[in-house]
Amino acid sequence: MNVNSNKYTFIFAIVMVVVVATALAFAATSLAERQGINHRAEKMQDILNAIGLKTVEQDGEEVFLSRDLAEINYEKYIVEELSLRSDGSVDESVKAFDVNLGQELKKPVEEQVFPLYIAEMNDERYYIIPLYGSGLWDAIWGYISLKEDVNTIGGAIFDHKGETAGLGAEITKDWFQDSFKDEKILDKEGNLVGISVVKGYTGGNDKDDHAVDGISGSTLTANGVEDMIQERLKHYIPYFNENTDVKIEYSSN
Amino acid sequence: MIKENKNIKSNSDKMEEVNTNTSAKMTKEEAEQNGMILFVSKSEEKEGLFSAANRRLLTDPLNGDNPITVQILGICSALAVTVQLEPAIVMSLAVIFVMAMSSFSISLMRNIIPSRIRIIVQLVVIAALVALIDEFLEAFAYDVSKQLSIFVGLIITNCIVMGRLEAFAMSKPPYKSLLDGIGNGAGYGLILVIVAFIRELFGSGKLMGYEILGKQAVDPADSTGLYALGYVDNGMMLLAPMALIVIGILIWLQRTKYTDLIEEDA
Repeated sequence: MNVNSNKYTFIFAIVMVVVVATALAFAATSLAERQGINHRAEKMQDILNAIGLKTVEQDGEEVFLSRDLAEINYEKYIVEELSLRSDGSVDESVKAFDVNLGQELKKPVEEQVFPLYIAEMNDERYYIIPLYGSGLWDAIWGYISLKEDVNTIGGAIFDHKGETAGLGAEITKDWFQDSFKDEKILDKEGNLVGISVVKGYTGGNDKDDHAVDGISGSTLTANGVEDMIQERLKHYIPYFNENTDVKIEYSSN
Repeated sequence: MIKENKNIKSNSDKMEEVNTNTSAKMTKEEAEQNGMILFVSKSEEKEGLFSAANRRLLTDPLNGDNPITVQILGICSALAVTVQLEPAIVMSLAVIFVMAMSSFSISLMRNIIPSRIRIIVQLVVIAALVALIDEFLEAFAYDVSKQLSIFVGLIITNCIVMGRLEAFAMSKPPYKSLLDGIGNGAGYGLILVIVAFIRELFGSGKLMGYEILGKQAVDPADSTGLYALGYVDNGMMLLAPMALIVIGILIWLQRTKYTDLIEEDA
């Protein structure tokens, strides 16, 4: 058999493509359900992490909030899931948990749905807002929670698709995420200022300056985090002004 | 390919020193190294699983035939994943695995691949393997899959994998290709880990995320360890150019020690 004839080359290419495509398609569809369970549990885990719940009590012991424990605790702490329109009204027809933010962002703002999760933990109310934006290479996302005053951040978590390992990918680390806790998103007049991620931050533990320490070598990812928080939060302001008790308290003056 | 021929020459030189008394073995190995044997020959079937030649397939890429410092393959991913030790180790293990698997499968198929589309076939095999593994990990070992997700693209486009398939697996029997894949993956991983060690230590004062040089606080008075003495991390180490410079220094050191690696000026 002449393996270099035109006929053989064409047949080989066709057979190879069909075999590989079938194998991949089979693997993707047969594993989709299991992968879906993992994704769902991870989303619940992320939402709970955003209110600072990283360990839970299980049989009298403090254990890490694993994906297996996510669903039970999600039911326990999340009291409401809302889908908001851009004017702040609630859209009952959409289930907030199933909203794919990446898809949603491609639509014009008036048609987008803004999911909001409300949690109650230790008699405190948290508003959890999903975030989605772009980093340096690919998508970044996360969840940020606001305390009852809708000004102070209760916690934040970030994740990414393809940021540089050791640089941009550091946004997933605890030290970076923890620095958002207790920062304020509104200025004294009540305007949304968001949080800046600053290179060479010298503010120490100042929680009223709307800024956190950045990561050396990942300015563009940090800008992505900054823009994502600013862009997402502004759509929730109409709802918060209508339905919640926005309080602006600054310790310094 | 020129590079590869040169290495074969230097390998057979070395072999002469090793096997001076077994002349029969010599000729067999010389034939195997210089002539491209397409099918498993009788003498090879008899060859032990861990014969000297097979062991060299594993050990040569660690030093004298290192894919990064000697063959100059896979530099791009060496820049991307060497800021910290941990991702470098994960990437190394993933590349060893993918190289072993793809070398083995390409070698099995080597006699039926039409030569005009062989590069595409190699790429399809690598990409299909990586994609399949990624799907399985996402379903059964989700945390590993999350760790690896950013490396998937880097592995598929890694020139080491294709370079070794083209230079070795396309013309050698499966078992030898498997060993060559593992050896070259390990040689690549070795350099990756060395570079990552240097970059993480001097760039962020940590190893595997542990602050071994002390803790650097925002307020200098709160710092501990070396930082309390006024030590500052070298931020340059975190940027890609320093990976190239570190690899350059490694190549320099290696060639100072092993002068036979130095090419003659044309």
